[in-house]
Amino acid sequence: MTSMASDVLVLAERAGDQIQDVTYELLAKASELAHAWGGKAEVALFGPPELAAQLPAADSVICVDHPALAGYLPDAYQQALLHVLRERSPRLLLLPNTTMGLDQGAALSVLWDAPLAASVTGLTAAGGVAVATCQVLGGKVLAEVELAGERAICTVVSGSFDPSAGQAGGPAEVVTIPPPAELDAPRMSVRQMFEPEAGDVDITSADLLVSVGRGIGSQDNLELVAELADALGAPLSASRPVTDSGWLPKTRQVGKSGLKVKPRAYLAFGISGAPEHLEGMRGAELIIACNTDPHAPLFDIAHVGTTEDLFDLVPALTERLAP
Amino acid sequence: MRIVVPLKAVPDLVEEIEFTPDGTGIDREYLAFVLNEWDDQALEEALLVKEVSGGEVIVAGLADDPGIDQLLYTALAKGADGAVKISGGAQDTHARSALLAAYLAESPADLIITGVQAPDDLDGQLPPMLAARLGFPHVCVAIAVEAAGGSARIRQEFSGGRSQQLEVTLPAVVGVQAARQPPRYAPISRIRQVTQAGGIEEVTVPAASTQPALTVRRMYTPEQTGHAQMLTGGTGPVADQIIELLRSRGLVKG
Ligand SMILES: Cc1cc2nc3c(=O)[nH]c(=O)nc-3n(C[C@H](O)[C@H](O)[C@H](O)COP(=O)(O)OP(=O)(O)OC[C@H]3O[C@@H](n4cnc5c(N)ncnc54)[C@H](O)[C@@H]3O)c2cc1C
Ligand SMILES: Nc1ncnc2c1ncn2[C@@H]1O[C@H](COP(=O)(O)O)[C@@H](O)[C@H]1O
Repeated sequence: MTSMASDVLVLAERAGDQIQDVTYELLAKASELAHAWGGKAEVALFGPPELAAQLPAADSVICVDHPALAGYLPDAYQQALLHVLRERSPRLLLLPNTTMGLDQGAALSVLWDAPLAASVTGLTAAGGVAVATCQVLGGKVLAEVELAGERAICTVVSGSFDPSAGQAGGPAEVVTIPPPAELDAPRMSVRQMFEPEAGDVDITSADLLVSVGRGIGSQDNLELVAELADALGAPLSASRPVTDSGWLPKTRQVGKSGLKVKPRAYLAFGISGAPEHLEGMRGAELIIACNTDPHAPLFDIAHVGTTEDLFDLVPALTERLAP
Repeated sequence: MRIVVPLKAVPDLVEEIEFTPDGTGIDREYLAFVLNEWDDQALEEALLVKEVSGGEVIVAGLADDPGIDQLLYTALAKGADGAVKISGGAQDTHARSALLAAYLAESPADLIITGVQAPDDLDGQLPPMLAARLGFPHVCVAIAVEAAGGSARIRQEFSGGRSQQLEVTLPAVVGVQAARQPPRYAPISRIRQVTQAGGIEEVTVPAASTQPALTVRRMYTPEQTGHAQMLTGGTGPVADQIIELLRSRGLVKG
């Protein structure tokens, strides 16, 4: 009789020498599941092995180091991760749904021959089976899926799990694995790094933000919301489609690929509340959402909501603030 | 340079979503379908690559995607050089990647540019799956693509606005997050013209094996978990309540 693997492997996300917070969230969840199954919570760490000291809560840190793993090179990470998966044969691989996780999860699903549950926000061990809750359709629908086979992959939405159990404990056992030969001939290289541009205003330090989404319809209409922001003495922020369209500078973008904000109040007009937007603002003290669609996912996390048309409500608000 | 842009029709999110009677899927029968917005970005970026470096842009869709002909004709009207409709359909992204990989094995491309994700990707994103099946390198969350001889320079974005430019050996697969400029519109008259001319090439590909599928227990809307307190009473009263909330927290001067 063959016994099923019971370890859970997390791929560490790092920026330079700093392990990113999302890794601790995944590690906390990995420990919970692996220990329920009688296995180990392991972290794959690519790059300098001394960073393993930042991962005390792991049972083992599996280190692979190579010049091609100095930064984040999608192809090199893929080769290294496939190598680690074959060496360690975990039951479950947890990836953050960052750029790294988006690159690696779906590719490894094919190469390691494991089903993938994407945009996971919940994960439990129901007996021997892992059950994942996944966001689909921009957060409008949740799907509960079973990962019953002997291996599976989850890409997890950041902010889904409490990181505290992933930060303490240890020290972890450190296992060094020699890099696979493929890393000597990566099919890509880094030409240049870009840091975020500095903005005219810092939306992360504002007490109050007036935020606008695609519901505004056009750049011309933005004037309406700008008047309200002026009257409130608050900066304008936005969802990604607004900055992608060039209607506001990139430095005003809230969300996964933009900035994380935590104002005392966040007023959102014409924003649906896609998971990538929520990542940037769910920590706001008071969220007030205006959206004509009563099923907009933003209403699930907002404190106060209204289905008034923003083109009626915004001028009404501005009018009430007139001196 | 042959650039292939896979396009997908996805449910329009402004629609009310209904579930199948057994509660494990989305009822597609009465849904309206639109082009995946990230595929629209990918098409724009592909057309920009062609404008700078030459070559041809071929859009590819699956025959069973609702309204796929219209999406392919619109892409032709925007400047794609050819459109291919692959017979069959796919119930998940793994199956979709298998069909597209089978097509690309027979009609190879130098660059495959598609949307970084689709809103209904329960089992993962297309670009890395397609690349893994073809044995090509891939880059996701791309915000600019330039062709440079036998390689491409791809700007990849991370959280917080950091990014890097990668030099990638071709052939390769790119998952586009946003094009360098907003997607172009095609005039209705041009779309009509292109539709009348026809010209979608229909291809049949050999069936391919796919990964084990996920077992969906149930699908549901998340409203049950927590919900905003909804303000009512019309525009004026709603505005009054919002101002009062902000005032009570000292966020409105005066
Ligand atoms: C890798 C990656 C990173 C991303 N990073 C980010 C990020 O950092 N930030 C971000 O925001 N997104 C990000 N996204 C995009 C995200 O998935 C969504 O596409 C985006 O957040 C949607 O923006 P929106 O809510 O403005 O637009 P939509 O989802 O189109 O919503 C517009 C809303 O406006 C409402 N509306 C329309 N008219 C009116 C009216 N008159 N009055 C009131 N309401 C109205 C509609 O009901 C709708 O709900 C990212 C995506 C990916 C793949
Ligand atoms: N000048 C404009 N005024 C109002 N709405 C516009 C204008 N230009 C574009 N739109 C709308 O903006 C939306 C663009 O959304 P999308 O096609 O999802 O990027 C569409 O609904 C367009 O009809």
